[in-house]
Amino acid sequence: MTQLAELATLIRSKNAGPFVLTFDILFKDEKKYRRVKDSGVLTRELFAGLYKCPVEVVRFFECDNALGFKYSIPRPAFQGEVGDPDLHGGQQNAPLMAVEIP
Amino acid sequence: MQEIRFVCGSGGLGGGKVVAKALDEAMALKPHFIACDAGTTDSGPFSLGSGRSNYPREAVKRDLEIILAAARRAGIPVLIGSSGTAGIDAQVDWVVDIANEIATEHQFKVKTAAIHSEQSPEYLKGLLRESRIKPLDPAPYLDEALLDRTSHVVGMMGVEPLQRALAQGAELVVAGRCSDSALFAAMPIMKGFPEGLAWHAGKVMECGTQVCESAGRGVIYAKLTHEDLVIRPYGEGLKCTPQSVAAHSFYENGDPHLHVESSGTLDLTNSTYEAVDEYSVRIRNSGFKHSENYTVKLEGAEKVGYQSVVIGGIRDPYFIRNYDTWIEDVRKKTTTSVSEILKLAETDYRLDFHAYGLNAVMGKLETETRTPHEIGIVLNVTASTQDLATKIAEISRQPLLHTPIPEWSGSITSIAFLHNPVPLDRGAVYRFCLNHVAVPRTQEEMFRTRVLEIG
Repeated sequence: MTQLAELATLIRSKNAGPFVLTFDILFKDEKKYRRVKDSGVLTRELFAGLYKCPVEVVRFFECDNALGFKYSIPRPAFQGEVGDPDLHGGQQNAPLMAVEIP
Repeated sequence: MQEIRFVCGSGGLGGGKVVAKALDEAMALKPHFIACDAGTTDSGPFSLGSGRSNYPREAVKRDLEIILAAARRAGIPVLIGSSGTAGIDAQVDWVVDIANEIATEHQFKVKTAAIHSEQSPEYLKGLLRESRIKPLDPAPYLDEALLDRTSHVVGMMGVEPLQRALAQGAELVVAGRCSDSALFAAMPIMKGFPEGLAWHAGKVMECGTQVCESAGRGVIYAKLTHEDLVIRPYGEGLKCTPQSVAAHSFYENGDPHLHVESSGTLDLTNSTYEAVDEYSVRIRNSGFKHSENYTVKLEGAEKVGYQSVVIGGIRDPYFIRNYDTWIEDVRKKTTTSVSEILKLAETDYRLDFHAYGLNAVMGKLETETRTPHEIGIVLNVTASTQDLATKIAEISRQPLLHTPIPEWSGSITSIAFLHNPVPLDRGAVYRFCLNHVAVPRTQEEMFRTRVLEIG
């Protein structure tokens, strides 16, 4: 087993506008991308579990030409709302880093 | 016209990343226009609510001067979008004023089109009554009362208002809120180039050098034909690779394949990316599907109150292991005092405690369970006036300072405050209150263009 963070070149979270939070998992090495894709570990259910949200709101994309995976969810708090702890949504990626890939 | 060439001067006007030398290299290839996005919602609702730009005037002037001077030498137009960060009317006028100062100093005359995109509550109420405002997902609740409360609402223009300005011979277009990609797509579409590739050019160029393998200081140059688009950066150490360009469609987008614009949807599902040389990438097969309805995305901000902030830290391990119950005690003591002194109910204001080191960044999504050796506490007090927010923050000082825990007996000081006086006043705070699109009665009615000569 290898942690996703050791295979990807970038795992990031970011606002996609003020109302959507998006997560990118990007690779430079096609073999590593394929390994993750073929493992079938990255699913909407996995993400819903990590981010404690209903699976129906999770969008998931596999992008072969960019060697990347993307998840998008409605932002847990709208950007800049009183109490929103992450204005740019850029520090919400950590739980994805530890996902184990066979 | 067999090909059209253009340059992105900067991923954000005022960010200081425009490099005159890199721009000169791109200008040697005789581009037909330079475009530059100057705004964003990514910095939060404050700029739209308050009208203040993200960048100081000097920074915007510095970047615009380099771009405008190069464009005037070459005799080509410059398009600036989302002027002054949020693109409200006053920010458009602010950028026109800066441009005028530059033109006067350089002694050139510039035919300038200022495009206003702010929307009045009265106009929007009319659209709402005709069911011409549709929610996106997720959208805050919208009614006429909300429209009356907004500080500013802007409509995001597509290529059409920019094209009308260019058709009038504008040498400088200073646009209000604008689709970033539209700045680059406007002229190529006017000249009959494929819409998919024209919009895709905008998509990959609008963030400047972020499309490169490693972002840096420089400009992005594009050459669009009827078959393909080639982009490359100019600037030290910058290069585009097929993967860096393909991956850029991920950045800040919920969907990496489909990008909705006013007039339709850019579809990158079948786009191909190939290396031309070490620096350049060729793109083909990007599609654009026109939508039935012309839609204009709305962005609005309303004032939610005023804030005062308290910052401090705790290091004593007994306090740290009691943090949850201790901070609840602090909250209760504060609300009791506020009720007694200011006669305010708990629903009249908000206390948001953020515990850095514990779970401030991820809140209830935090998976880490280790006990930290130090916790940084930030208390945000939000109230209806600055005076009340400050007073509540002042009242919270004693509970934060002297709330005991069972392990220690005797008088104890429970927090290390950072500042004297303890509270920091933040002024007004805003929220984004619209995630909707308008379906205007005509394409023109939401955008107002004024043509003037500056310099």
